[in-house]
Amino acid sequence: MNYQDYFCERDPLAFPQWQKAVVGIAGAGGLGSNAAILLARAGIGKLIIADFDIVSVSNLNRQAFNLDQIGEPKVEALAANIRRVNPFIQLEIHCCRLNPENIPGIYAQAEVMIEAFDKALQKQMLIETWLSHYPGKPLICASGLAGFGRSDEIRIEHQNGLFIVGDQSSELQEGISPIAPRVMIVAAMQANLCLEIISKAQKDNT
Amino acid sequence: MSKTIEINGNTVDWQEGMSVRDAMKLMNYTFPMLVIKLNGTLVSKSDYDSTTIPAGAELMVVHLISGG
Repeated sequence: MNYQDYFCERDPLAFPQWQKAVVGIAGAGGLGSNAAILLARAGIGKLIIADFDIVSVSNLNRQAFNLDQIGEPKVEALAANIRRVNPFIQLEIHCCRLNPENIPGIYAQAEVMIEAFDKALQKQMLIETWLSHYPGKPLICASGLAGFGRSDEIRIEHQNGLFIVGDQSSELQEGISPIAPRVMIVAAMQANLCLEIISKAQKDNT
Repeated sequence: MSKTIEINGNTVDWQEGMSVRDAMKLMNYTFPMLVIKLNGTLVSKSDYDSTTIPAGAELMVVHLISGG
């Protein structure tokens, strides 16, 4: 499979911009694994993905991993799954716990950042770290995706480069995981917004 | 005409000396995990009381919920 055959029938304006783009993804769980695969399919040139966790059986209800990957580090399993879809993408993976000290360095190259954490405290930590180090760079977060149905309550709010995707109201119930379709809707909206931001940024520069 | 501020797209009456904390009380925003931007600048949790809101300001209040 060569590059030209693989990337056939692509948008002549947007696709070259996506190919040049570097996108950061913080977390490789329900949001991160699904968003990463979508961005790889769309033709983003490079992804930087970090997560400390390993794949467990409880992840399979919503995360883009397979039964035979249980026990593997998520970033490694995800990289393998992405390469099976798109062999031309550049991947930089970090198997580590993200914190305010390592985030600026790991994601220095990223022009758009996707927050894909599970815990609210982690989401807040990333937002505060990102806005203090890279105030001009777009950050796409997720908040409020538990449950099922109510697809039309999921929306995007934004101010000065900070974007929040979700319904901002659905709390997780004790012992019940988020469910695949609503997680994937939010992940897909994060990925879609990322593509839009990159294509707009390029347009503004020319 | 009274002066106003915008909180998440809602127009709210502005009062002299109103702090970020006052605005959160006014809106009944009691969520534990919030991100607040005042005219595009992040207000950290420790500054909710000491940060006053100028008339005409735009506040973005994000409720962060676990799940991902």
